Amino acid sequence: MVTGVKKKAIINKNECVACGACMKKCPKSAITIPNGICALVDINKCVGCGICAKTCPASVIIIGEI
Amino acid sequence: MKKYWYDYLWIVSALYLILGFFNILFAWLGLICFFVPLLISIIKGNKSYCNKYCGRGQLFDILGNKLKMSRKKNIPDFLKRKWFRYGFLTFFLIMFCNMLFATYLVFNGTNNLSEIVKLLWTFKLPWNFAYHEGSVEPWVAQFAFGFYSVMLTSTILGIITMILYKPRSWCVYCPMGTMTQGICKLKNKY
Repeated sequence: MVTGVKKKAIINKNECVACGACMKKCPKSAITIPNGICALVDINKCVGCGICAKTCPASVIIIGEI
Repeated sequence: MKKYWYDYLWIVSALYLILGFFNILFAWLGLICFFVPLLISIIKGNKSYCNKYCGRGQLFDILGNKLKMSRKKNIPDFLKRKWFRYGFLTFFLIMFCNMLFATYLVFNGTNNLSEIVKLLWTFKLPWNFAYHEGSVEPWVAQFAFGFYSVMLTSTILGIITMILYKPRSWCVYCPMGTMTQGICKLKNKY
């Protein structure tokens, strides 16, 4: 059986400015900004739609295989 | 998506800029968006101001996404580098202290009140239409002119980068955002 590879949002932790633009747009509420340091993706909730990557003003989110 | 009361704070931000054209003394209200994010980061150790409440971020989002004013291109790399973000924060704080000193010089009588708004720290715009002489102490008005200059200047920079890059590009180099993230990093390290 062939299973499709699931892609998820991956955040560059060093360059994230923790603005929360991604968090507001995520349709699955999969992103949080714990301790105001950088965004964190809950990979169980993330469906890899890419809305966060498009929104991120610093363009530090990519959609890829984990 | 569910809307919360704080999703409408962009109205407050827009109103703030508009009110400055009618009475410069409203500029004092801008201190709220100076102290609230700082207090949240110091006391609670998070950036919920940026993440939820910032009306300016919401305003740029509406202009860029809803009104389609943004090209939605990637921001140049240097704008997101630490040296630039912290450098811009330092520059901003120096100019802020400069503004406080100008207020002090009016307070102690060395200088007269100058009814101007300075854009991008350079261009002086006559703004006497928004101030009734003698209505408050001159230094109170001087601070208002200075603070409104800071707010209008940063809005203009934000609008330029909103158009050129992604809607909330201002968030990348916003001095308050950099400062609160720095505070959160320090606070959560120990």
